[in-house]
Amino acid sequence: MQQPSSVGIVTPQTASFDTPIMLRSGAVLESYDLVYETYGTLNADKSNAVLVCHALSGNHHVAGRHGEHDKKLGWWDNMIGPGKPIDTDRFFVIGLNNLGGCHGSTGPASIDRKTGKPYGARFPVVTVEDWVETQARFADRLGIRRFAAVVGGSLGGMQALQWSIAHPDRLTHALVIAAAPKLTAQNIAFNDVARQAILTDPDFHGGDFYAHGVTPKRGLRLARMLGHITYLSDDVMGAKFGRVLRSGTFNYGFDVEFEIESYLRYQGDKFAGSFDANTYLLMTKALDYFDPAHDHGGNLSLAMKPARADFLVISFTSDWRFAPGRSREILKALLDNERNVSYAEITSSHGHDAFLMVDPHYHEVVRAYMDHISFSGEAP
Amino acid sequence: MTTENGRPAEAEPAQKYSRPRADFATIAEWIRPGAKVLDLGCGDGSLLKYLQFARNTRGYGVEISDAKILASVRNGVNVIQMDLEAGLSGFDSGSFDYVILSQTLQAMRNTEKIVREMLRVGRQGIVTFPNFGHWRHRWQVIRGHMPVSPSLPYQWFDTPNIHLCTLKDFEAFCGDHGVRILERIVMSDGKVAAVLPNLLGSLAVYRFEQAD
Repeated sequence: MQQPSSVGIVTPQTASFDTPIMLRSGAVLESYDLVYETYGTLNADKSNAVLVCHALSGNHHVAGRHGEHDKKLGWWDNMIGPGKPIDTDRFFVIGLNNLGGCHGSTGPASIDRKTGKPYGARFPVVTVEDWVETQARFADRLGIRRFAAVVGGSLGGMQALQWSIAHPDRLTHALVIAAAPKLTAQNIAFNDVARQAILTDPDFHGGDFYAHGVTPKRGLRLARMLGHITYLSDDVMGAKFGRVLRSGTFNYGFDVEFEIESYLRYQGDKFAGSFDANTYLLMTKALDYFDPAHDHGGNLSLAMKPARADFLVISFTSDWRFAPGRSREILKALLDNERNVSYAEITSSHGHDAFLMVDPHYHEVVRAYMDHISFSGEAP
Repeated sequence: MTTENGRPAEAEPAQKYSRPRADFATIAEWIRPGAKVLDLGCGDGSLLKYLQFARNTRGYGVEISDAKILASVRNGVNVIQMDLEAGLSGFDSGSFDYVILSQTLQAMRNTEKIVREMLRVGRQGIVTFPNFGHWRHRWQVIRGHMPVSPSLPYQWFDTPNIHLCTLKDFEAFCGDHGVRILERIVMSDGKVAAVLPNLLGSLAVYRFEQAD
């Protein structure tokens, strides 16, 4: 039985591409697969499509479940579904696993047709620009000329931003949530510590660990633990865990004592058991490289000049990894270009993770914005 | 805006921030068709929506309250969440034809700063405010009470209005601060109060620019 307000059971599909793609790094991929899910119905003139771009550890499974007994909902199920802020009764929503991912799209763990072995270290570095290019090719495949909206949080927001620059006439709206126009030195530093944890794990084997039958779990676990700290706020961590001890007393040792340690280790283990270390490296590099202003002398307003979409920019007060000030940089560039833009700064204690969580006001703002998106062929 | 007065925004009755249409029509008459407008303290965005309809304007509203941001998005107008008290640093000098501050001046902590900022960002400024000199207010003061009226609907203990003034006060302020008044309309019950405006007018509407 399908739950109300849920897209219900969904089945991922795969689109295969045999036209080689030249990546920004200069590397060429001869062919690749992209795994995706769709929710809702594409209308006759294909004008109601919404693309959801995922963040660092996300994937194509945005909403619903994969089976009757699947306990795990898609990562943005609270946002997308019938009657939800991004309403699948109106929109045809697409979730896509980015190139280089580890959930079905071609990535480092995939078999390289040339060698018959996993790509491993030979998988090229991919950028936000490359992802947008593959997403555009995917849209071509589905016959979608123009998205009603491209939506993303964090690294996903960067993709929405890039869409508006690279394909201005292929989207009507961009929802850029908890994003930044480029990473700060501090942000790159966090990413590099995460990468070093993976790269120095003896089980990494230069990226070709698949052949050795091992995975660099310790490195990936540390990378995730570090990342997780930066996605939460000091306040929420304090409120959730404080200095609570598992056994109630100090044990004067190095085993898990504080609840926060237990939580982080659990999160790290869970992630290390399900995510590919090479993909993690690629995703963090894509974050580091993203900087549309780079080729415009650092002038974001100039970089945003081609954009034609209308924008909704959202940030969260306690997000220090992608702080509100970073969203205001995007806002400033849009104002300079006289784009239609609304900006909401959501009061939340949940840090960067807030964009994934249920917050009535945040969801209402997204809903109100989406409700105003019109597309041809819709009954008034 | 500071009109929240520390109360939860959701609890605020809607009529306290929806402005009379007479106010809108006067402002619209002053605005050149197709102009670029910034509406400070835009409430639910209905003035911007009206100006888009009546004058084909472009532009943005600015609000601090969550509820009003949501209301503006629902109204389909561009709205930016920021605190006016912090100035308009997100906006370039001379980037708007008109900067409007409607029924908000009296609730601003730093009046001088916001007027200065309005004329930095816009070529012209438009303000509307309740006239404290209206006879109804004067009468209540004479009778020993803080005024409560349709244009000042709050009690003394819950009012967000901290810088109330009369027409004469505002005009003296402009003179002292290098602000040239271009036009003034004073209204009462939706009609123009031409005679004894400082006594008979409840709502003042001014258009002004920077004096050389």
